[in-house]
Amino acid sequence: MKSFIGGIHPRYDKITRKDMIKVAPLPKRVILPLQQHTGAICEPLVNSEDIVKVGQKIAESKEFVSACIHASISGKVLGIAKAKHPVLGECKAIVIESEVNRIKDSKYPSGIKIEWDESVKRRENVDKLTKDELKGIIKEAGVVGLGGAAFPTHVKLSPPPEKKIDTVILNGAECEPYLTCDHRIMLEQTERIIKGMQIIIKILEAENYYIGIEDNKENAIALFEEKLLGMGLQDKIKVIRLETIYPQGEEKNLIYSIIKREVPNNGGLPRDTGVVVQNVQTAKAIYDAVYEGKPLIERVVTITGAVKEPKNLLVKIGTLVKDLIEYCGGYEGSIGKIISGGPMTGIAQYSDDIPIIKGSSGVLVQKEEVIKEEERDCIRCARCVDKCPMNLMPTIIFQYAQKDEFDKCEEYFASDCYECGCCSYVCPSKIPLVHWIKYAKEELMKRKKK
Amino acid sequence: MKLTVSINPHIKDKDNVNKIIWYVILALLPAVGVGVYFFGMDALLVILLSVSSAVVTELIIQRFTGEQITIKDGSAVLTGLLLALVLSPLVPWWIPVLGAIFAIAIGKMVFGGLGHNIFNPALVGRAFLVVSWPALMTKWLLVDGTTGATPLGMLKLEGVKAGYNALFFGSIGGCIGETSAIALLLGAGFLFYKKVIDWRIPATYVGTVFVFALIFRQDPIFHVLAGGLLIGAFFMATDYVTSPITQNGRLIFGFGCGFLTIILRLFSGYPEGVMFSILLMNAAVPLIERYTKIKPFGYRKPEKEKKEKPAEEKKEEKKEPEIDLIDKKGHIVPNSLSKAQTKEKLEVYEEKEEPIREEEIIKPKEEENE
Repeated sequence: MKSFIGGIHPRYDKITRKDMIKVAPLPKRVILPLQQHTGAICEPLVNSEDIVKVGQKIAESKEFVSACIHASISGKVLGIAKAKHPVLGECKAIVIESEVNRIKDSKYPSGIKIEWDESVKRRENVDKLTKDELKGIIKEAGVVGLGGAAFPTHVKLSPPPEKKIDTVILNGAECEPYLTCDHRIMLEQTERIIKGMQIIIKILEAENYYIGIEDNKENAIALFEEKLLGMGLQDKIKVIRLETIYPQGEEKNLIYSIIKREVPNNGGLPRDTGVVVQNVQTAKAIYDAVYEGKPLIERVVTITGAVKEPKNLLVKIGTLVKDLIEYCGGYEGSIGKIISGGPMTGIAQYSDDIPIIKGSSGVLVQKEEVIKEEERDCIRCARCVDKCPMNLMPTIIFQYAQKDEFDKCEEYFASDCYECGCCSYVCPSKIPLVHWIKYAKEELMKRKKK
Repeated sequence: MKLTVSINPHIKDKDNVNKIIWYVILALLPAVGVGVYFFGMDALLVILLSVSSAVVTELIIQRFTGEQITIKDGSAVLTGLLLALVLSPLVPWWIPVLGAIFAIAIGKMVFGGLGHNIFNPALVGRAFLVVSWPALMTKWLLVDGTTGATPLGMLKLEGVKAGYNALFFGSIGGCIGETSAIALLLGAGFLFYKKVIDWRIPATYVGTVFVFALIFRQDPIFHVLAGGLLIGAFFMATDYVTSPITQNGRLIFGFGCGFLTIILRLFSGYPEGVMFSILLMNAAVPLIERYTKIKPFGYRKPEKEKKEKPAEEKKEEKKEPEIDLIDKKGHIVPNSLSKAQTKEKLEVYEEKEEPIREEEIIKPKEEENE
């Protein structure tokens, strides 16, 4: 079985793994933050009171490492103001309200008008498009990595000429407990994912192509193998059965699991080892952008945990979490935490008034403090050291961070931590190790900037 | 709606410190049973006195210092139990009491409590007793009710070896909990099953003793089964707090313990070497950890790159004043660049009003580069 060093086996609780993706009702209002991606923040292209259509580009940036933003519903721009953001806390955002009740049309039973922008058109003869044209389409569609980090896809697909890419990996590991959006999309959109991957193949001209799926999703593995056989691609694209272990889906670990290459530490990227990793949902988004001409305005999100009816939903970007939870039957019992993302790497929110952004893969609602154990001194059990997938020594970094000895933290490679949470998970003393390492990382970043 | 905001992860493993310690105590129960079976109520009394003294000592100290009372975590119980298991059943009642008090007070609490001690507290207590009352500590009860020497003692003094069967089941003279190999292995099996202990320390410890016994032309199986080796290797050397946190470190630690044990057994005045070998290796833990510091996944050396680069830059800069407007490759340096350079030079001249040395030109440039 393919795997990497370290890692943990948490309880997965993927309660929604058998639920078909449902289309969430159209939201009456969306909040579209100007930064939903890694990179430069966008500048709005519209003003208050402007009428926008679905798929219309409403914000972009001149910087290369950025991704433009499109209206996900049609309606009026209410304003451009600071709004809550699931990752950044607060961010300037464009608020669009759809035109409700204004029109009475049998075509729109919900009373919400959907008007598509003229630019959204199905493309014929996709095969004739050149590499640069394809990259341009993906850039204009605002596609970003949908696994969580939201790195602009066109940047990933444009490696610098000195970095030869020979391997492309499609990430269907979905190692995060509770989340099932990738699993469902793999089952329900298999062919589109493969077609999206073929576009990546055309752009990058690599030699090896893999789809990595954890072995707790046997049906997805079987389906991909079958479809690839049907499309005559079984020799070109290989489906890799991965061990179910967290964090299998993290790029660096996934690359090591499949082709045993190590991404260099200290800020190295997969492309330094000749690899590009794309999430399965990103491949689907690439398909939508190229074949359907549809920009990234919706994604699949798992709403799970302490809600009455957990679901996998196809959601318009910018929909409020509040609305989605209402659609899932509301909260169950008294609520302790709302987490944007999964339980291992997700971010706890201080409100349910936050929008779904491009990188949101799930919303996990936890009951009032599932576990609350008292923190005590480290007993040096070394579980954090043994389980760290980056081979770090979390307890040592924690002890130095507590004393503000950041030089020592650097000596123990604090900056290489990508906050998967394995150390805090296994710690029998319940020390929030990630918290301390993050603190050390931020201090080290500040120093570097000076 | 009141929401909790905290850092990830939002789920945690069910294992906690208390659970782990009570697992270890549970794993020691077979050895306790065998000890009481062979040595009778004397042994039970020693165990009870030791455990209760340890718990009471910790309670009093934590009351006195105003710290949080942590006796529920079982750590004091474990220390008391381990100490009793490495005492002879014939010791007078005050020996386990004094030993447990010393183990908790000096072995653990003075360092700051659980997690901060350098030496295994139970062994600190035993070492204190062995050096203070050597005669009392080496009086052994045999199964037939008479007193005599332990198998290792007999080997040292008379060159007689006990049979494997007796060693395996525990019908020999010795400490309460160390005589029965099968009881200890049963407990160790449970700890492996619960993933409480790692294989590295016990395997290298026992393995090293085995190999060196062979090298010194001794009976390796006898050396593994006799004395406190098994209880030491599985229950004492594996103590989290006092063993290395790196995997390679644990290998070195186990090897060191094994090597010292066999050396002490064969060449020192004591018949047994487990206690001192573990204590000595405890002291070496910080050193071992420093030399087995693990490298992160995908490690590349950053120092070399950094060192090489400034060196090259310095060379280039040194040449600049000589060649002036032509660079290394012979191309003419663009005007803007050369102007900027001369400007800098002029500024330095004006400020210092002294003939400048090359280093002074380089210095501000270095800062820019950084």
